[in-house]
Amino acid sequence: MAQSKLLTAPPKWVIYCVAISPAAYYLERAITNNLGPDPLATLENALGEWALILLIIGLMITPIMRFARINLIKYRRPIGLAAFTFVLLHLTVYVVLDRQLNLWEIWIDILKRPYITIGVAAFLMLLPMAITSNNRSIRKLGAESWRKLHKLVYPAVILGAAHYVLLEKTWQLEPILYLTAMIGLVAIRQVWARRKRKT
Amino acid sequence: MSAYRYPMPNPSEITSKENFLNRRSFMAGATGALAAPIFFSSAAQAATSLTTIPSKYSTKDEPNPLADITSYNNFYEFGTGKGDPAKNAGSLTTTPWTIETSGLINKPGTIDMEALMRKYPLEERIYRLRCVEAWSMVIPWVGIPLASVLKDLDVQGSAKYVAFETLKRPEEMPGQASVFGSLPWPYVEGLRLDEAMHPLTILAVGLYGEVLPNQNGAPVRLIVPWKYGFKSIKSIVSIKLTENEPPTTWNKAAANEYGFYSNVNPEVSHPRWSQASERVIGAGIFAKKRPTEPFNGYAEEVASLYEGMDLRKFF
Repeated sequence: MAQSKLLTAPPKWVIYCVAISPAAYYLERAITNNLGPDPLATLENALGEWALILLIIGLMITPIMRFARINLIKYRRPIGLAAFTFVLLHLTVYVVLDRQLNLWEIWIDILKRPYITIGVAAFLMLLPMAITSNNRSIRKLGAESWRKLHKLVYPAVILGAAHYVLLEKTWQLEPILYLTAMIGLVAIRQVWARRKRKT
Repeated sequence: MSAYRYPMPNPSEITSKENFLNRRSFMAGATGALAAPIFFSSAAQAATSLTTIPSKYSTKDEPNPLADITSYNNFYEFGTGKGDPAKNAGSLTTTPWTIETSGLINKPGTIDMEALMRKYPLEERIYRLRCVEAWSMVIPWVGIPLASVLKDLDVQGSAKYVAFETLKRPEEMPGQASVFGSLPWPYVEGLRLDEAMHPLTILAVGLYGEVLPNQNGAPVRLIVPWKYGFKSIKSIVSIKLTENEPPTTWNKAAANEYGFYSNVNPEVSHPRWSQASERVIGAGIFAKKRPTEPFNGYAEEVASLYEGMDLRKFF
């Protein structure tokens, strides 16, 4: 049975705008000083968490296609780019407001604080993906190498969630749920790949 | 001397919280010289307010508004989120309350909260608070020098440390019943005897001239302003004098991250983040960070306690 046309009726840019709308909410609250007693931590954490949420949604598109037979593939790019927008905002808040452009301190953070090291590594994996998230890049790289490059998302999401787990003082439920979700979504692809090789 | 009557009604029934929500704007609104007398006399009429005497140990820094101090808390017994204690601590029963005193003292027994508040003059101590998570506030505590209380316990010569314990009551403290974010309960802390006897160290029983809100460690908590906040154990039910260094909760949870001393020290990083500067709560998102001071700015008073010690080793 063909899926309803309604599901893929909204244009991609609408999905992108909806996906990044929480950023507008948080930025508005930041500018009007409405983020509670510790606005910097609130903003930094919220932006990071939305990046993780959107990465999960992006990684769910293929499983939804396989299990529910609903094809939302046209929305994977705007969702991925929205996730990267949050990563970029999260990083900007860290560099500009948290570390206040002190490059030496940032360098020490990267060298000495594992959760920062991991976070930066995840960012560096997502960066080439974001840059090549357009049709011209697919043509230029060729579909096969483009696809290979975009497999970077798997280690990136696991590192992104680990980044969250490691910054808490104790083992907390929420970051562990994110990490579990990421590992699950990556593992399911390994299972598919193994099955494909067997047949 | 008139007997101190422990307040029974809910604070909300008596004093409108708005009065205290933003001391800064209140003070600015009142005319200069009259501001302070009006503030204290109006507060004195409320049954939850405490009569306090000022202290030379108070900082001149502007205190954070009550709303910040009571909505942004680390009190894992009530959950790991900063807003959890304000949300969940209402369930805590704080009357009656006794502190068990034991160990190397000549007068072991229990201290009743009401008796404690009657026996000693209550001092207002406006202190800087530096959290190990690299944020800070200025808080107007009401408290009793711990030294006064320890002296009355008649500490024996062999005592070298003081061990403290928080209430363990999972039915009222949801964080103690939770698997995640959990610490070994009850929360325990300790000080060297000379640290405990230092005049800056107090047992806090109030905040902003009123009895301590539950989320801030009611009815009685420790305040050691030159150490990271987690040393200042909340809702104390036991004080024990010991010869050996007592175990402390965060040290048990992660010994490489939280030492027994945990003096505020900008030069010794937490393994996962720098301690060189701090976010000033209430300063706004675009504020410059405050450089963290050795011993949280109390070096003049306390640095001599650690003379000859390698503070990188005894962090």
